[in-house]
Amino acid sequence: MTAWAFAAAQTLLFIAAAPLLGGWLQRVKCHMQNRAAPAVWQPYRNLAKLLRKRMLLAENASWLFRAVPYIVFGAMLLAAAVVPLITVHLPSAAIADVIVLVGFFALARFFTALAGLDIGTAFGGMGASREMMVSALAEPAMLMAVFTLSMTANTTNLSVATEYILKSGLVLRPSFLFALLALAIVAVAETSRIPVDNPATHLELTMLHEAMILEYGGRHLALIEWASQVKLMIYAVLIVDFFFPWGIATDFSALALTIGLVAVVAKLMLLAVVLVVWETVLAKMRLFRVPQFLGFAFMLSLLAMLTHVVLETGG
Amino acid sequence: MSGTNEIPLLLAYAAVACTLLSGVVSMFAVRRHPNFLHFGSFLFLFFSGAASIAAGAWALLAKLSLTDHFALGLPWLDWHVRIDPLSGFFLMLLGTLVVAISLYGPSYTREFARGEAAQPLPPLGVFSALFIVGMQMLLLADDALVFMIFWEMMSLSGYFLVVYQHQHAANRHAAFVYLLLAHVGALVILLSFGVLAAFGGGLTFDQMRAAKLSPLWATIAFGCAFAGFGTKSGMVPLHVWLPDAHPVAPSHISALMSGAMIKMGIYGMVRVIYDLIGDVRWEWGVVVLCIGTASALLGVLYALMQHDLKRLLAYHSIENIGIILMGLGLSMIFLGSGHMMLGTLGLVAALYHTINHALFKGLLFLGAGAVLYRTHEHDLDRMGGLIHRMPITALLFLVGCVAISALPPFNGFVSEWLTFQTALQAPALENGLLRTMIPIAAAMLALTGALAAACFVKAFGIGFLGQPRSRRVARAREVPAGMLGGMGLLATLCLLLGVFPTTVIEAMAPITQMLVQAALPSAAAQGWMWLTPISPQVASYSAPFVLIAIVAVFGLGYLILKRGAIAPRRAYAWDCGFGQLTQRMQYTSTAFSQPIRRVFGGVWKVDEQIDTLASAGPIPRVTSLHYSLRTQDWSWLKCYVPIGRLVLAAANRIVFIQTGNIHTYLKFSFVTLLVFLWIVS
Repeated sequence: MTAWAFAAAQTLLFIAAAPLLGGWLQRVKCHMQNRAAPAVWQPYRNLAKLLRKRMLLAENASWLFRAVPYIVFGAMLLAAAVVPLITVHLPSAAIADVIVLVGFFALARFFTALAGLDIGTAFGGMGASREMMVSALAEPAMLMAVFTLSMTANTTNLSVATEYILKSGLVLRPSFLFALLALAIVAVAETSRIPVDNPATHLELTMLHEAMILEYGGRHLALIEWASQVKLMIYAVLIVDFFFPWGIATDFSALALTIGLVAVVAKLMLLAVVLVVWETVLAKMRLFRVPQFLGFAFMLSLLAMLTHVVLETGG
Repeated sequence: MSGTNEIPLLLAYAAVACTLLSGVVSMFAVRRHPNFLHFGSFLFLFFSGAASIAAGAWALLAKLSLTDHFALGLPWLDWHVRIDPLSGFFLMLLGTLVVAISLYGPSYTREFARGEAAQPLPPLGVFSALFIVGMQMLLLADDALVFMIFWEMMSLSGYFLVVYQHQHAANRHAAFVYLLLAHVGALVILLSFGVLAAFGGGLTFDQMRAAKLSPLWATIAFGCAFAGFGTKSGMVPLHVWLPDAHPVAPSHISALMSGAMIKMGIYGMVRVIYDLIGDVRWEWGVVVLCIGTASALLGVLYALMQHDLKRLLAYHSIENIGIILMGLGLSMIFLGSGHMMLGTLGLVAALYHTINHALFKGLLFLGAGAVLYRTHEHDLDRMGGLIHRMPITALLFLVGCVAISALPPFNGFVSEWLTFQTALQAPALENGLLRTMIPIAAAMLALTGALAAACFVKAFGIGFLGQPRSRRVARAREVPAGMLGGMGLLATLCLLLGVFPTTVIEAMAPITQMLVQAALPSAAAQGWMWLTPISPQVASYSAPFVLIAIVAVFGLGYLILKRGAIAPRRAYAWDCGFGQLTQRMQYTSTAFSQPIRRVFGGVWKVDEQIDTLASAGPIPRVTSLHYSLRTQDWSWLKCYVPIGRLVLAAANRIVFIQTGNIHTYLKFSFVTLLVFLWIVS
């Protein structure tokens, strides 16, 4: 029962901390681009403002449009519940393995795309069509990279896999290097960052994710924005767990948990800096360059799989 | 025939008898008495479906294997009949669909009774009944003779159902191609049975099971069975009949064809390969896996290019058959390499996907039929906004879309997840090449799933969301309760099979026990909440938890956010400040799939034409713009058209013997007779 309580607490912490990561990201980015930076908790203020506001609904919006924010948030909540943040050994990791996690993302995306089409404007259709194209190419690359890891650890359970990598010590696996690169590219594409999409764009024609949610406002928009912050954090934590798990708690003692918390905060802050550098030096791609970019990710993950089979299993 | 143990068999006979009665009743459904079809015929079909479910469930859950025989037909060839867990499983699948269409049909067939789409009713009822009898009896068959008789009955009555609305030339062409490939398939199946019968010394399945085949002959029998049953299932490249034939049949028949008839091919494969040949080789698995992967990927890519809703669904049947074949292929690879547990897992994944596809594809075809019934529109680019006009149909169709896109917590996800889990156990194999190929096949399955989701975003988003694109769609009304009932039944089952996978897998244990003498003891070892196919350490999934969590988010959202909040205000959608948006400005299905068409360019033969007409004058302005797009199937152009041309050329070569003179023909007959006599003597 205590384990379940820890799991619930960790999930809540995950959800609550996600806007903070976004705020930190924004702050570092502003500093890097010589702009005046907002406070780290600006995303919380935005969410609070949106939650209070009266909603505007487009005239053609159906019940589906109003249900989608809850489905998206629910899917991200579930996804957050199964990713080890400060400690492994969580019973909640058994709810869903990494394939189901990808399924949760797919569920959220499916309904967001439907919401984009529901109003019946060109922007919604455009966003939905492009987002589904990008995700169709990103999903196989992601699963292939994840398969490499789960074949190494012989499990798709995130908690068990993290523990396996933690226990095997500092071994240099070439397959992991390729998988890391592939997963990083997929993460960039799936969380709508530069160079695939620009979360800060104000031009409708260049939007992918933003075009789908253009008609949302008020508490619906708050839920969707919050869900995308959670999604960004999930991808960051996944990369941290798979490739740099050191420091994560393996028991529930106060000391281990503190170390785990400090470690994960430090790692996420660092990772955010890497992402900011990446987003600052690159420009957004043309839409039809994106398939090549994601094809590269797929090639990398294929290479990871091949090196795993050839070099690491002695086959 | 005595004792309670015989009841499943009696129930199965009752099901067949009810179906036949429904055919007899519908013969009276002449123009002035359409109610014989609407009520009498479908009432008997309801009983038939219910009896099928009862018989199948009984045989499956009680692990019964009952045989019987009749002295019918030729004096020395009795008809052998048997019901066992495998046929019970497929009887349940068939029965569920029959019950659903018996609820749906009475209203749906009204449109054939009068009005613009009026057709004679008796043929519809009679051939539907024969079609269902064919499927029920071939599941019960215990010898090759009975199997082939009813296989042909299913194929032939299917022809008359496809050609039912024969006024359109396209329907007649579709039916012809269907008939042609059905017969090529049947011929190859006959060859497979021929090999088994020759070694077994008889036509009964028991004799075939006992046959001792050399690896070469076993492989020939496998190849023939796989090609023949694969034709019926619509695997690539033998699929060309399917996307033409399924859409043109009446929608409840399309549901039966896509839901049940192509599953008979899967039944045949499992029966012949696992049960009759028995000794599965891993090389066969590689073939099945490769063809399955190709079918899955090509099926979904072709589906993406369709804007006819029923045709789109038909192409998705090819995709789903591919996924089933991937499961079967993995199962054969593992069984052939001596990994019983993993082989069983693959088989369970394949059979699970078989029943899932029957449910959601049946549901989707019935949904497409509901739209057709109210709007007479099957082109997605002329639909839109139906969620406002037909809310319940839209909800049920959405359930089907979510399920077929393999999204949790619905049923399609469970079976694809099981297939992924099977594929991820590839490191257990000795062969290094297989260890590499199987994960790549799994990545292709991931691509298929993601593309399927894109396709159903398109199908639902363009068809049901947005604003209506034509007048008939704008005035649509909700369909009658009976049709909603039929769809609702299937939608409920989609959810239940997605949320309680452990129960379903436990119920399937007798089938795997019978076929491979193994079961999955670990699948439900952690209780009904947790699906752990291999062990809890390796992978687990809790569908009930997922459902509860999403419902909880809705509840909390209502309590915290919605209660007490100010009611939302309706406003215009964002139009960039340029004024009124019209429904013509929405994305169409062609526009939606354009990025994917561009990315996967070479898969289709694409003819895209933009004709512009410029006005005269110093600065030419475009006065009219015409856009046309045609995407064609390469396998038809590169494989079937050349064969057709070859046959025509050969016929042209020998046309000189066709003189039209009776004496010449008599001469030919005489010479042929002489030659035969010479061979015989």
